[in-house]
Amino acid sequence: MAAVNRPLSPHLQIYKPQLTSVLSIIHRGTGVFLTLGALFLSCWLLSIANGPESYTAVQQYILAWYGQIILYAWVYSLYYHLCNGIRHLFWDMGLGLEIKTTYISGYIVVAVSILFTIATWCLVRGGV
Amino acid sequence: MKLRTPLAKVRGLGSAKEGTHHWWAIRLTAIALVPLSLWFICSLISMTTLDYLAAIGWLQSPMTSILLILFVLTLFYHAQLGIQVIIEDYIENEALKITGIILLKFVMLFAGLTGIVAILKVFLGL
Repeated sequence: MAAVNRPLSPHLQIYKPQLTSVLSIIHRGTGVFLTLGALFLSCWLLSIANGPESYTAVQQYILAWYGQIILYAWVYSLYYHLCNGIRHLFWDMGLGLEIKTTYISGYIVVAVSILFTIATWCLVRGGV
Repeated sequence: MKLRTPLAKVRGLGSAKEGTHHWWAIRLTAIALVPLSLWFICSLISMTTLDYLAAIGWLQSPMTSILLILFVLTLFYHAQLGIQVIIEDYIENEALKITGIILLKFVMLFAGLTGIVAILKVFLGL
């Protein structure tokens, strides 16, 4: 097979980044990041089951500035992956596949995920 | 064996039969995770304090425990399916790929079960 000089598809760096491709990569990225969040969720639940000492120990990491940054990155990732996931489900039904519609839905996903993250931050800070 | 054409070789392998299972499972769990993850985040936001007793009280409500177990189950299954695709896409070495997928399944099952046992322990007051 090596002797046959088959044409190769261009490498990823050749392409100009487009909204559609960038959003697709972010979907994967947030998926990986959220998987780490799922592992942390198990640790957090385990800390509740293990009693007050371990719970406060974990809680200290969550409430530290770096914990809060990671936590809100998880919140944003969840909203993004959720919104873009719904976009994917519509595509699976054959809806919204026109180029123009994919761009509109892409911008909606970005806007809604940012707005929901800000709203979540406000609700938590406001102590509702 | 060398006399067989590549086409004959592929045909000899037969159909994948369950080729759509992974595709379908990741979508089904995605649909389930829409309400479950929204409930999870709303439930956390609505907790006024985050001290130990509040966390215990939260988990001791039957509805919280049921929804949280469902959330953890679906979340870990969905995550495992998703990461599996990424491993399949980016790891070319066959042995490394299979090892990675097996390790992934073990880790996700372990972590998911840990979460569920923790929920049940608090819920049952053990």
